[in-house]
Amino acid sequence: MVATPRLVADRQVRTTCPYCGVGCQMDLQIKDGTIYRVSAPFDVAPNYGNLCVKGRFGLDFTTHPRRLKTPLIRNGDGPGDFREASWDEALSLVTEKLSQIVRESGGDSIATYACAKATNEDNYVFQKWVRAVMKTNNVDHCARLCHAGSVTGLQLAIGSSAMSNSIAEMENLDTFIVTGSNTTETHPVISLFLKKAVRQNGAKLIVIDPRQIELTDFATLWLRQKPGTDVAVYQAMAHVIVTEKLYNQDFIRERTEDFEDYVESLESFTPEWAEEVSGVPADDIRAAARMYANAERAAFYWGMGISQSTHGTDNALSLTNLALMTGHVGKPGTGLNPLRGQNNVQGCSDSGGLPNVYTAYQRVDNAAVKAKFEAKWHTTLSPDPGLTVTEMVDGALTGQIRAMVIMGENPLMSEPNLAHAKHALEALDFIVCLDIFMNETGELADVILPTASFAEKDGTFTNSDRRVQRVRQALPAVGEARPDWQVVCDLAKRMEAALGVEESAGFDYNHPEDIWEEMREVTPDFFGITYERLEREGGVHWPCPSLDHPGTPYLFEEDFPRGKGKFWSLEYGTESELPDDEYPYNLTTGRVLFHWHGGTMTRRSKLEEAFPEPIVEMHPDDAHALGLVSGDWVEIESRRGSVVCRAMVTGRSPVGTVFLPFHFVEAAANVLTLDKVDPRAKIPDYKNAAVKMRKTEAPQRDGRDESLDKRGAIKEPTKYVH
Amino acid sequence: MQTMITLDEILNDYIGRKRDALLPVLWDVQTAFGHIDAEAVHQISHTLRVPEADIYGVISFYTLFHDEPTGETIIRVCTDPSCGLAGADDMLNGLCSRLGIHHGETTVDGQFTIEHSACLGLCEHAPAALISWRGIGEQSIAPVSDTDVLLNGTDNAQYESIIGGDAPVLLAGVDTYAAQRLKNYGDYVALRKAINDSSPENVIAEVEESGLIGRGGAAFPTGMKWRFTRQATGQPHYVVCNADESEPGTFKDRVLMEARPHLLLEGIALCGYAIGAETGYLFIRGEYPEAMQRMQAAIDEALEVGLLGDNIMGSDFSFHIEIRRGAGAYICGEETALFEAIEGKRGFPRIKPPYPTTHGLFGKPTTINNVETLCAVPGIITNGAAWFKAFGTEKSTGPKLVSVSGHVNRPGVYEISPGITLRELLNDYCEGVTGELQAVLMGGAAGTFLTPDEIDVRLTFEDLRKAGSTFGSGAIVVFNTETDLRDVLVRLGRFFRHESCGKCFPCQLGTQRQVEILERLDAPLPDDRSRLEDIGWTMTESSLCGLGQTAASAVLSAIEKWPELFEKG
Amino acid sequence: MPEADDNMITFTLDGEEITVPEGTTLLEAARMIGKEIPVICYHDATTANGLCRVCVVDVNGGRLLQPACIAECQHDSIVETRNERVERNRRTILEMLNSAVDLSQGEAIQEMMMDYGVDESRFPDAKRREHDIHDDNPFYVRDYNQCVLCWRCVQVCAEDAQYTFALTLGERGYDTHVATAFDIGMMDSPCVFCGQCIGVCPTGALKPKTEWGLEQGMSPDEIRQMTRIPRRRKENTE
Repeated sequence: MVATPRLVADRQVRTTCPYCGVGCQMDLQIKDGTIYRVSAPFDVAPNYGNLCVKGRFGLDFTTHPRRLKTPLIRNGDGPGDFREASWDEALSLVTEKLSQIVRESGGDSIATYACAKATNEDNYVFQKWVRAVMKTNNVDHCARLCHAGSVTGLQLAIGSSAMSNSIAEMENLDTFIVTGSNTTETHPVISLFLKKAVRQNGAKLIVIDPRQIELTDFATLWLRQKPGTDVAVYQAMAHVIVTEKLYNQDFIRERTEDFEDYVESLESFTPEWAEEVSGVPADDIRAAARMYANAERAAFYWGMGISQSTHGTDNALSLTNLALMTGHVGKPGTGLNPLRGQNNVQGCSDSGGLPNVYTAYQRVDNAAVKAKFEAKWHTTLSPDPGLTVTEMVDGALTGQIRAMVIMGENPLMSEPNLAHAKHALEALDFIVCLDIFMNETGELADVILPTASFAEKDGTFTNSDRRVQRVRQALPAVGEARPDWQVVCDLAKRMEAALGVEESAGFDYNHPEDIWEEMREVTPDFFGITYERLEREGGVHWPCPSLDHPGTPYLFEEDFPRGKGKFWSLEYGTESELPDDEYPYNLTTGRVLFHWHGGTMTRRSKLEEAFPEPIVEMHPDDAHALGLVSGDWVEIESRRGSVVCRAMVTGRSPVGTVFLPFHFVEAAANVLTLDKVDPRAKIPDYKNAAVKMRKTEAPQRDGRDESLDKRGAIKEPTKYVH
Repeated sequence: MQTMITLDEILNDYIGRKRDALLPVLWDVQTAFGHIDAEAVHQISHTLRVPEADIYGVISFYTLFHDEPTGETIIRVCTDPSCGLAGADDMLNGLCSRLGIHHGETTVDGQFTIEHSACLGLCEHAPAALISWRGIGEQSIAPVSDTDVLLNGTDNAQYESIIGGDAPVLLAGVDTYAAQRLKNYGDYVALRKAINDSSPENVIAEVEESGLIGRGGAAFPTGMKWRFTRQATGQPHYVVCNADESEPGTFKDRVLMEARPHLLLEGIALCGYAIGAETGYLFIRGEYPEAMQRMQAAIDEALEVGLLGDNIMGSDFSFHIEIRRGAGAYICGEETALFEAIEGKRGFPRIKPPYPTTHGLFGKPTTINNVETLCAVPGIITNGAAWFKAFGTEKSTGPKLVSVSGHVNRPGVYEISPGITLRELLNDYCEGVTGELQAVLMGGAAGTFLTPDEIDVRLTFEDLRKAGSTFGSGAIVVFNTETDLRDVLVRLGRFFRHESCGKCFPCQLGTQRQVEILERLDAPLPDDRSRLEDIGWTMTESSLCGLGQTAASAVLSAIEKWPELFEKG
Repeated sequence: MPEADDNMITFTLDGEEITVPEGTTLLEAARMIGKEIPVICYHDATTANGLCRVCVVDVNGGRLLQPACIAECQHDSIVETRNERVERNRRTILEMLNSAVDLSQGEAIQEMMMDYGVDESRFPDAKRREHDIHDDNPFYVRDYNQCVLCWRCVQVCAEDAQYTFALTLGERGYDTHVATAFDIGMMDSPCVFCGQCIGVCPTGALKPKTEWGLEQGMSPDEIRQMTRIPRRRKENTE
């Protein structure tokens, strides 16, 4: 039997993956409007031919039948009570409502979510609309919910919050620490380079994580701290480095400040103390400290496990302290690298999607910066930093916030303590969502505007290592959906007219490239990056101040943005909700390989077939105590609410801690989480909540009667040796 | 009489071990349970930290490992040329029809599994069989007189080593039924001399001076190999003894191991001393259970009196020898494939360069020598290079073992001074050809045919090369005029198809295409000869390792000598 | 002429004297002067294993031909990338492969076959390597009737990229085939469905299910339905 003739593509389009922050370059092969194959160029950074299951097979959400195809306007009070509307009607309604609120109570009574999944250009015009037309800095996005702890800590210590080193350096690492990041599932392609560094190039890996993640198979040393005790472990490592004089005297003298104060503050943080607090043997802490400090080059890679905590800022500072005292920053193969969770979470922040800064972290309260943007946008701007997303939710409850504009985000899956968040959103006068699908937040909206998916528009994303890369239109937009930047510009122009603005801030763009050109002009760090260059080079790492500048794969070679790196003395303590007699287990949340965030995209793709339902991971001892085996149904209850899903018994979880992914609305993890935040970063504590559990009956849901091991590719995560 | 042992008990001994313990643990599981199932693979995977798929790949590569249940007793009958001439097919078929199964199958009562096997190295006692008893292990039986012996088992399957020749050195004065014990072998005189009165450099110089060249088939100068290894940077260094004697028609190394285990151990230790190694691996093919047991017993004896182990003879030279058991793969006689097997992988030959002397076992500098080669060393060190060179010719020094089987009156292992002719060997030592001589296969399956006109060739490396032939592994298989040479070619073809590792395309594809044509030689298609030539030359010139490069050697020589075999009629 | 340099190798390639850095393979050297040596198993992103031997070249008229993908350039050697011996070897390998495997979707191999005058019926009555199509997961289909055993999928599943180790080679010789442990279906294996294997497959043996479905004439909706059928089964459960 001879195979049928091979399919020939109508077109092939190079673009950037819409999932995690690695920013994989991919070629979409298309036949009759169907993406039938996704391949990756082998000679192109950052992924060099590799993709993960989401990028390779998870793009069919773009043509899912339930894509939003026309604007929708609320048609009753029930959830999902909408009627189809024309663009003109929908835009008019939004313009009218928002303008009215601005007139009545000022722009500060509107809160807006920029979008970490949309392009830089989408986000730039979005925040421009918010700032220049609504006159408020109330723009934030889900970076607040993922890396605010890291951002704040890094800003305090060195004055910059991006990943300091490039993905390309990873495979040549010497020694590195991965902490609070299940990299193989959350940043699969980055994990390939880390694994390669270990297995092919002999790098030493130290994993510091409560969960037995896949990378522990590759680790020279695995420190399994009790959840939430990170600071104790890192402070004790610092203690060892100081006691054994393993620090880098020259680097400390030339590049840092406040070391002496810091050393004094370390006195009580002995490894033995840390062992008591964290459960990590003191000798392992010593071994890790020596391995890190004595390495020629050593780097940190971390994820949400560090930042999503009531002491996320302290966690990040405990890492920066170590890097500063050993001089492991500012050279290839060293550095401080928070792995960004979304395709464009870096870019959304870079593009001004934050309440306190314009593009590239130019502060709204800096008079010169403000003056520059006022001149460019022909208007006056607010010098007051706006609200963060967690504050916006609270503001909605107090009435301070009357309306929300939500571009491509789904706070009713992503906010902590969802019952509280839902209550807040219900209190609003007006909600408008721009999205590609109806989702949990959209159900509450007054107007929903259908927008183009990543495959249906042009623009740029900035990945986790600050590499600006092109997004290219490969498919026509479905139905009447339009790119976000066009919708935003239309709304901005209509509002300017409604508000009687004489000179427009400028929303007439023909192409995202025009927007990028404006961003370049107002942003010295982007000035050297043009679409033409991106076309030629594939991607450029900012900062890139001039057209002949090569871009910056690693930062801080000469100095830090804040001048000297600052040591921060830390206290050990936790504001987290700790397990107690009534709620004896610690709940931690996160991702699984096959899904992404609220599941808006992945659960409408083939990925759903591989991982079709939520599972709660628990240690065999805990399962035994509860009389559970893998596949049993379990109710998990916190002080905020309860969910039901099936148990996966696995040694991956430490005793007393259970893990629940947050992708699944049928057991939404954030029903359980606590809306307590880090006081500086305002990031919620997604990694710690006290819960109780009990075995329960199967709920009546379709397809759930099969045993768990027949469900997709769900497997006990420590089953295989790598 | 099955010993009951659990998987956990087996694995307990392997906690903390790594991938190189894979073949040993698979052997233990195979022996205990008759096969290695998915649960065992899962447990082994976690114990040794080897991925399950890799373990499965290893199991399915080696023919002595099974991933599906087998009978309590597995009977494997050799069907390669020497056994084929002795009626092995009848034995196999008789066995199958008595049990009502085909070969490769297991009886419904789970008592017996019958398989055919590649050469078992008992060609002088053909036909031969290898039996595995669940919970006990393997035993060779030869000659197989009838199927009862195979079905009922036998407590004493002891065969005699048949030994002769003009130069009894390595095989001097041995008991033809039992291993020489340490008390008879005596002290490791050569090793003592090397340690006390010599230096590693001097040992290497002596071996170089002796002109010893490798007896495994590739004929590389032994001293030079040792020097390269000693000089190589990178630690540790290893000695590996290649006892994976699998070339059809070859059994001399088996006889050496069964008869003179201490001679081999002393040779290995001398090599270790010379190249700066503290560990030696003795890789014995899985089909040699007797040799393995005798070698292990000898190691135990030597350890007990301090001839092996730490601080040998009170010196600072420590040396340990570990036996590794092959599991049914001719390719593992290829040195780099053998390394892969020790490392717990499929027996794929590696690309050379780099060579073993710099990148051998575990990627470290390694000397790998054949059993006979290493057995020659103690004599060289004790008696001097000049003594060794007195045997043979200038370019083929020292006594040489050959394995003679097939149609001679006295098949066996012969130790000769290179330089006697093939005719002298056959007539004077093997007591003549049975019937009228038709052909001699020199060098085993990978060798070439000689016609009756050519048997006056002198048995030296250089004369044989000149005659377009080879010593190879020292196998000499004799065919009389009653023999159907096409049948011999088919058996050789089947052997190579079975033993090709499948790595490089020419051999993987060529061994299959070659046997398909050989099997239809009674009614060949037009152009079959040119097909065989294209296949043969492509395998010879393009294959990755020696197996593929010689897999058509016999066929191409037959085409040259008997072209009529490949034509219709 | 470049200056003499310890780290440079000068040799003759098809009559042209060229100088390359030490360690350059013959395949790379040929590319430098614009010659493409045909090769099946080699891929820039995977470890070269010298499997297919289609890239063999004649070095100094030696007894053995040398695989250009791994053989390094040697001082003063004379290399012919295409002569009668080389052509015979390449053609025979391609003819044998073609008699074993469905090469119709291997575009590059098809071109080689044209170039070397492959007789498609050179080996009549040859046993083909035949396999059932493995359709055991929502993402991709494995059709080993088209597998040439270049090993790339196994390599990227292991240490050339993913470190997942879902794949191995089963059996040996002509019967060698790409396999999972005990031939379990992909949903039961460690596979993480990254699809790196598809990215390096030189034929149509591995392809996304969407592509396979379109080739079979299915509509996008039918493909969507097809991938929704729960497929988790052992393949060898007789």
